[in-house]
Amino acid sequence: MSHTDAPTPVPAGPPAKVTGDERLLHRSLARRLMGRPELGSVVGAAAVFVFFSIVAEPFLRASSLSTVLYASSTIGIMAVPVALLMIGGEFDLSAGVMVVSSALISSMFSYQMTANTWVGVGVSLLVTLAIGAFNGLLLTRTKLPSFIITLGTFFMLTGLNLGFTKLIDGTVSTKSIADMEGFDSAREVFASHLTLGSVDIQITILWWIVLVALATWILLRTRVGNWIFAVGGNADAARAVGVPVTKTKIGLYMGVAFAAWVSGQHLLFSYDAIQSGDGVGNEFLYIIAAAVGGCLMTGGFGSAIGAAVGAFIFGMASKGIVYAQWNPDWYKFFLGAMLLLATLLNAWVRKRAEEKA
Amino acid sequence: MARVRRRGRVVGAVLAAVLGVSLAGCSSTGGLRAEQERAGRAAGGKAAVNTPRWTFAMVTHSGDGDTFWDIVQNGAQQAAVKDNIKFVYGHDKEAQRQSELVQSYIDQKVDGLIVSLAKPSAMKDVIAKAEKAGIPVITVNSGAEASKAFGALSHIGQDETVAGEAVGEELNKRGRKKALCVLHEQGNVGHEQRCDGAEKTFKGDLQKLYVEGTNMPDVQSSIESKLQSDSSIDAVVTLGAPFAPTAVKAKEQAGSKAEIDTFDLNAQVATGLKDGSLGFAVDQQPYLQGYEAVDLLWLYKYNSDVLGGGKPVLTGPQVITKKDAAALQEYTKRGTR
Repeated sequence: MSHTDAPTPVPAGPPAKVTGDERLLHRSLARRLMGRPELGSVVGAAAVFVFFSIVAEPFLRASSLSTVLYASSTIGIMAVPVALLMIGGEFDLSAGVMVVSSALISSMFSYQMTANTWVGVGVSLLVTLAIGAFNGLLLTRTKLPSFIITLGTFFMLTGLNLGFTKLIDGTVSTKSIADMEGFDSAREVFASHLTLGSVDIQITILWWIVLVALATWILLRTRVGNWIFAVGGNADAARAVGVPVTKTKIGLYMGVAFAAWVSGQHLLFSYDAIQSGDGVGNEFLYIIAAAVGGCLMTGGFGSAIGAAVGAFIFGMASKGIVYAQWNPDWYKFFLGAMLLLATLLNAWVRKRAEEKA
Repeated sequence: MARVRRRGRVVGAVLAAVLGVSLAGCSSTGGLRAEQERAGRAAGGKAAVNTPRWTFAMVTHSGDGDTFWDIVQNGAQQAAVKDNIKFVYGHDKEAQRQSELVQSYIDQKVDGLIVSLAKPSAMKDVIAKAEKAGIPVITVNSGAEASKAFGALSHIGQDETVAGEAVGEELNKRGRKKALCVLHEQGNVGHEQRCDGAEKTFKGDLQKLYVEGTNMPDVQSSIESKLQSDSSIDAVVTLGAPFAPTAVKAKEQAGSKAEIDTFDLNAQVATGLKDGSLGFAVDQQPYLQGYEAVDLLWLYKYNSDVLGGGKPVLTGPQVITKKDAAALQEYTKRGTR
């Protein structure tokens, strides 16, 4: 947990009475905690964790927790840049299918060119980043809402995924590249797991932690972080004081593309063949994770750690329902209810924080 | 204040009216009461064996609210009652999450696993983990070619290519010349195999039509416009039971003479076969897939029996026509066919 205040515009209240250093320090620490975007989600995560520990007997086993963490990481890797983008005041509805696009490009390029799989991985990175840049450019050039722009990209990518796969491979899933050079080393990087005792720790969990740390550092310790908060808070005001709004937004979309590339390569190297129709609908899971983690829909407020906690809540709930052996028909209902509750909690905590400030 | 009271009176009057209509307007046919009577006549639901209470988990690639998988579940549940099994079920259409579900049942140390392999490569590792944990695995519905390689005991399902070939032959028998194969899910390998199989044996010309299966009006208008643009089409084959009645509607709207045939079965299809609006249906008996999967796992746990001799156990295709429809109507209503 960082000890710097998130640069959020806090309305100036009456100056606090100075009655003694100790009390002042104590109150400012409490206020600092109350002002953190992820506080509500941390409380929510603790509640969900305790709840499933009680109702689902296998939930607390080490092997179960590693499954939960893995499920969380597959959402969490994407939730980090999506959270940054939401702080910057925009959405990306193409994030879900972009993951599959990235995997397809990598697999098909390697196969068709009979190239080392790392070449496919590199080409995929460039193409995916280009898709992200395309989203950002279109947004800043046309001034259309990001909802519309990325909805268009979402449909186009869904069609391209299927169309190209059928055109090139003749079926709806890609051909196996497991016997090609470089596959094993790429699998080490994107889809291996470490075994600690009897527990598997998937490498995606490490990627997730690294991305959260990186995003948190960018947000709280760099100029770019200030730009992100500024463009999300008020783009015109930010531009007036010299923030490069266009560059920042394009960069944010490319960040989403980068994470989509990581997730896509993970899919490819853990499953070897990719189904062209997958990925649809996942973009909302990323948005849910970020929103539960305290990112505001209106931009200008949120955190990467919050998005990570949001993804963890999602992972716990989705797998906890299985461990509790409940009927999965109700799963989506719980997901929606949880989203509402978490967001209400966030709003309440924020309001309290602002009153105190 | 007065307005509030008036609004309360209006709401009360509406509620009273609704209640009155629903009590007075009883139906003497169908509805819940008929269903409960049928259920009462069905099996008593007691275990027929005294083996320990094992837990079997089934994980499929079904989406939410899928009628086909509902019947598979019914079969599995009835076998579970008979064999004194605790049956749990999970599903996800996304390959990665389906494999996570299997993993979470392995974590729970279930006594047996039933998995559908629509996306074999995604399930390979997790099934290997199940074997390592000593949990027997039976694959159902899809993935016959991968099942043995992954080390599953048996595979229960229908070979989609074989089923497609049966459709092609049936169309020949009926003297059809030009058929339309309606695929309601782009990117589904099994669907492609069905149409390709039909194309292989069908002597006439077969065209594919892709429609958006999650959007019925779109399915109808797509079939309609295809039939309008080509009046020589004399057979339409849908790949799922819910789409057959929609194709019948489209045919009527387009004023076409085409015969509507379908893969799979439901109550509407049974009725359609009976009244002649549908030609034939090719069923893969989903109830059997669920029932046999649980039963075969039980047999393996109890007696180390394995069925199939390393070859898939086929539950279809079964060609159903007008003469079978009457009996099947009853069974589709109770959700077992």
